[in-house]
Amino acid sequence: MSEKLAVDACVVGGGIAGCAAAVALRKAGMTVAVLDRGACGAGASGVNFGGVRQQGRNLHELPLARRSRRIWDTLAATLEQDLEFDVSGHIKLARSEADMAELEQYARDAREYGLELQMLGANRVRSEIPWLGDKVVGASLSPEDGQANPRVVGPAFARLARRLGAEVREHRRVTAARRTERGFAVEAGDLTVESAWLVNSAGVFGGTLASWFGEHAPVEPLMPNMLVTEPLPYFVSRSIGVCGGDVYLRQTGRGNVIFGGGRGWGDAEIARSRPLTDQSLGGMQRTLDLVPALTSAQVIRSWTGIDGQTPDRIPVIGHSSTTPQLVHAFGFSGHGFQLGPVMGEIIAELVTQGRTPTPIEPFAIERFAAEGFAAQTAELTHTEH
Amino acid sequence: MSDPVVAIVGAGPAGVRAAEALAQAGLRPIVFDEAQRAGGQIYRQPPPGAERPGEDLYGFEAGKAKSVHAVLSDLGERVVYRPRTLVWNVYEQRLDTLTDGGYGEQAFDRLVLATGAMDRVIPFPGWTLPGVFTLGGAQIALKAQGVSIGRRVAFVGAGPLLPLIAHQYAKAGAEVVAVLDVTPFSARARQAAGLLAQPATFAKGLYYTARNALRGGTRASGVRKLRVEGDGRVEALVWTGADGREHRVACDAVGASFGLRSESQLADLAGCRFAFDPVTRQWAPERTTAGRSSRPEVYLAGDGAGIGGADVAELQGRRAALAVLEDIGRAVDASEVARLDAALARQARFRDALEAAYPYPDHLVASIADDEILCRCEGVTAGALRDAVREKGATEVNRVKAFTRIGMGRCQGRVCGHAAAELVALERGCPVSEAGRLRGQPPVKPIPVAGGAA
Amino acid sequence: MTAAPNAPLFHRLVDRSGPTIPFTIDGVPAVAQPGDLLMTAILLNRPALRPFEFADAHRAGFCFMAACQDCWVNLADGRRVRACTTPVENGMAVVIDGGARV
Ligand SMILES: Cc1cc2nc3c(=O)[nH]c(=O)nc-3n(C[C@H](O)[C@H](O)[C@H](O)COP(=O)(O)OP(=O)(O)OC[C@H]3O[C@@H](n4cnc5c(N)ncnc54)[C@H](O)[C@@H]3O)c2cc1C
Ligand SMILES: Cc1cc2nc3c(=O)[nH]c(=O)nc-3n(C[C@H](O)[C@H](O)[C@H](O)COP(=O)(O)OP(=O)(O)OC[C@H]3O[C@@H](n4cnc5c(N)ncnc54)[C@H](O)[C@@H]3O)c2cc1C
Ligand code: FES
Repeated sequence: MSEKLAVDACVVGGGIAGCAAAVALRKAGMTVAVLDRGACGAGASGVNFGGVRQQGRNLHELPLARRSRRIWDTLAATLEQDLEFDVSGHIKLARSEADMAELEQYARDAREYGLELQMLGANRVRSEIPWLGDKVVGASLSPEDGQANPRVVGPAFARLARRLGAEVREHRRVTAARRTERGFAVEAGDLTVESAWLVNSAGVFGGTLASWFGEHAPVEPLMPNMLVTEPLPYFVSRSIGVCGGDVYLRQTGRGNVIFGGGRGWGDAEIARSRPLTDQSLGGMQRTLDLVPALTSAQVIRSWTGIDGQTPDRIPVIGHSSTTPQLVHAFGFSGHGFQLGPVMGEIIAELVTQGRTPTPIEPFAIERFAAEGFAAQTAELTHTEH
Repeated sequence: MSDPVVAIVGAGPAGVRAAEALAQAGLRPIVFDEAQRAGGQIYRQPPPGAERPGEDLYGFEAGKAKSVHAVLSDLGERVVYRPRTLVWNVYEQRLDTLTDGGYGEQAFDRLVLATGAMDRVIPFPGWTLPGVFTLGGAQIALKAQGVSIGRRVAFVGAGPLLPLIAHQYAKAGAEVVAVLDVTPFSARARQAAGLLAQPATFAKGLYYTARNALRGGTRASGVRKLRVEGDGRVEALVWTGADGREHRVACDAVGASFGLRSESQLADLAGCRFAFDPVTRQWAPERTTAGRSSRPEVYLAGDGAGIGGADVAELQGRRAALAVLEDIGRAVDASEVARLDAALARQARFRDALEAAYPYPDHLVASIADDEILCRCEGVTAGALRDAVREKGATEVNRVKAFTRIGMGRCQGRVCGHAAAELVALERGCPVSEAGRLRGQPPVKPIPVAGGAA
Repeated sequence: MTAAPNAPLFHRLVDRSGPTIPFTIDGVPAVAQPGDLLMTAILLNRPALRPFEFADAHRAGFCFMAACQDCWVNLADGRRVRACTTPVENGMAVVIDGGARV
């Protein structure tokens, strides 16, 4: 039996960005439908590392990250859900003088955006984190950063959207969307949604959706490989990363140490992903080099998930370049969890006011069409989460 | 061209019989088992130093046990046997292993999974107290270690294992204060005809039942509403009898579990398709009588893909090996294939009767209260599961896991996954087949962060 | 009849001869027999194997067959071992409640 819905805005992709958008659009008085091919918040948004981190981001992202960070402070209350949000601070470690110089430069740049980082010398790091191995020469600390439980955030946004009256339809895979006289027609199996606005928050699928409207946005699947230990006595008081991004770990309030290790396997077409053993073992060894205290710990689970990654490792956010009333927000390149909450507000602003006070020019989809784009980004080799 | 590499996981009755048939055909199979010694669950061998005469350990089955134990040693160099080796992942055509803390890997062309089973668990108040073990655990304490789990022991269960273990404990000199079956005796009487399809086993069950009756202690069928009481350890077992009255027995240990469940994580990771069996109310990897799975390179034998018991496991192991041989183009004895298939068909009839004789005790699941611990690893209650379903819209167990951590702990849902699905189904008012099944994730058991190379 | 709070859980029904294996639990000397798994060795002396992380309670293992992972114990040298599959070793120092370490 086929079904038709008519709404002001149709959101394709119920990750944290899409569900937050649904909430903000409802609050702005629009009628909204959210379509997800699986369960809302069960994609990248639900399986990520849980880092709520500003430090280390591409500077263009800092205005968004700053604004999002403020939302995180009250998010649990808004969503009526314990998010296990812990302002543990995020510490980024330098393992060489070159690393240290990089951190110092970043701290200077970040200050322009209002992000204050504290530089810690080797002795300070050692006194603060006595169990670190001897490879660390210094660090930069972002006291406001922290961590949260990703499994509950996206679904809580989806529930709030539903409470506010949005039509949230799960297990609805969108296979086509086209411009109509009045707006858009979006097909998801036997469901057709007609809408004035279309929000593309489809994660790794965002590039494909954009291509339906004649736009080019190269999005590759990105599968960070994750591991978690059994619960251990509490000792990792901060979320930890390193220059180069090849080690990162945090400890949950319950004691599990979560850490990353390389890249897993994934097939975005069938939405399946698997961690890869060599990557896991490599990550275990690198983490152990940095944190010898994990020597006797046991890994009880590993996983990965699929995010969309762009060549320049920053998302696509903004109006479509070809199609009026189509708004993009996808390709968060492995670090869109922290940004999720603000994406809702920004998308709603773009829809209801046509613009947002937060600078988003660097994320315009047009950038991929510009000549020389590939050359500019060729040197990018790693991604931080 | 070199011979294809055939890997076998599990050196229980199924795994060793598969190895034997493959070796006889001139292949050199590689057998992995995380245990120190071959034998699997029922024919588990005590660790070196704790050996005892076979008759004491295996009773009626001593001869079979001896024969299963001898297989790998008799084959000598014709098999590669890797004891103390956990297979913690299957990815494409490679196994990831852990031997004495060292990591290794094994590429294979064909894989026979013979991973066996563990007890099926249904939580009840007090089930996480020290002194409560599974029936299997109680049996292993006795068989492999020569110890009893307590001085005054009560056993609760649903299935033929219950009288057997009670008998073994009593015979070894332990005080068995209660033997309680949560299924009604009438169900067993009704199935007597089917059970007689396999007279030896049924007779054995009756023998143990009779012996137990002679030894004092409380025996009851159709009991409901179990509860273990105690402050920090087991002090009493309380239940509601078929008469509707509450009964209590003082004890310091309880063995309790309710049938068996297949150890099927590796089949899941190998990509095998699963099917729901409405009789045993479990998901199991699909297999043909010959042991072929939905994946061309993966074969399934023994209790790891549906419970059949030890004799069936031996037949299935051999049959799966013949399927491997057929599929790699080796000659196999067609009459042996026919014989095995006929024997397996007979056993299947018996198994159906056995399952019906011990119907699933759904009354136990229904009576799980909100404040009861459901996931013992993470200490998550049944109430948290119900909240995830009722308030947060979770419709299946993986979503429940994401919201509540049920099934996320050290055991990866082996212990609680089954009851969790039953509870989701009850809460939603849907068949348990629609409550989903926890997806396997590597590692299937804990592995060290600091593992060297094997 | 209920057991004293600190009385052991297990009872040996089949005695084995052979040299005894000395080990310690929270610094207190104990002996095991050859062939004893660590779970057996501990529970013949104590009512539990470890504190439970998430509540004021103890755990003593459950399945005895490497499935439930309820029996992981700490050793004073930092190792963590699954007691139901690990043979007891001469001089093993088991830490349950962190009591007096040697
Ligand atoms: C393992 C891992 C670790 C990470 N760690 C961090 C971290 O520590 N910190 C951080 O900030 N970020 C992290 N990230 C990145 C972060 O998770 C993502 O950037 C963020 O969740 C993206 O949100 P989203 O809503 O754009 O995408 P998603 O959560 O992927 O949502 C997109 C949704 O679209 C749906 N969809 C796709 N195609 C269709 C279709 N055709 N029809 C209908 N629906 C469709 C999908 O089912 C999905 O639910 C990590 C990512 C991964 C995978
Ligand atoms: C406690 C208990 C008691 C039982 N008692 C009886 C009984 O009295 N009578 C009866 O008929 N049946 C009994 N059963 C059923 C029993 O499972 C079967 O009868 C028989 O043991 C099945 O043989 P199998 O070869 O399929 O599996 P098993 O004998 O269980 O052998 C499986 C083997 O695989 C190994 N293994 C599993 N996973 C891995 C892995 N990832 N890596 C490495 N090795 C692995 C295990 O260590 C084990 O040795 C009992 C089962 C249990 C759990
Ligand atoms: S007691 Fe279950 S794994 Fe050791």
